Amino acid sequence: MEHRITIYCQTTALAQLRDFLRNTLTMPFLTENDKLQLILAVEEVCANLIIHSHDCNAKDHINLEVKEYPGKLIFEIKDQGKAFNLLDYEIPDLIKVKGEKRKGGLGIILVKKIMDEIEFESAKGTNTCRLIKWFQS
Amino acid sequence: MLNIKGLEENGYHILALEGEVDASNSVILDEAIQGLISEGSLAILIDGRELAYISSAGLGVFMSYLEDFQEKNIAFKIYGLTEKVYEVFKILGLHQLIEIFPDKQTAFSS
Repeated sequence: MEHRITIYCQTTALAQLRDFLRNTLTMPFLTENDKLQLILAVEEVCANLIIHSHDCNAKDHINLEVKEYPGKLIFEIKDQGKAFNLLDYEIPDLIKVKGEKRKGGLGIILVKKIMDEIEFESAKGTNTCRLIKWFQS
Repeated sequence: MLNIKGLEENGYHILALEGEVDASNSVILDEAIQGLISEGSLAILIDGRELAYISSAGLGVFMSYLEDFQEKNIAFKIYGLTEKVYEVFKILGLHQLIEIFPDKQTAFSS
């Protein structure tokens, strides 16, 4: 089964993204905690793209596709903005974030801790970020 | 959608969060906490019972004030988080940096 949504690059679209994911993540093997954490990880990537790659330009858009395979879920996020490769960012030290009174940087930690695999590719102006979560089914 | 209600009880300024905190509305939470600090509050309690969801934008707001709370001797506590939301704090390790309690009475007495 495949599920798709296109959202526009404004932070108010994040609620729409969560609604879509809540309606899509109905697989019986997912616990309520799993669902919330998957929604959170996908939202973190999309929020980063909206804010940092597209400067909240509502004319730009992001495509998300959720693909279900035996034992795994793949969240494929495509956009045409400035490439933002999560794999290039190291997980920041929490004590350092606190000391610097920073508000940012936590989203990447969440994505890397929640997801089992992260893939990124950029070709012909389109960036693809794939978030993969394995499950015992 | 996020609603924040402010009240005072037992010497604490309580911010009751209702709904979802994300990048579109975390500024409301930021302003509410900043407002209490500016007013000279020495004890801030977050009521998380009706907080259904919080992304890094909201968690980052809490993180960004932890140093200020220490420097200004402001007691900062959270109570009543649902299990799902508490798990998110745990994933980040925030439960080790912020005092989180199951209910209001325990938060008051600790």
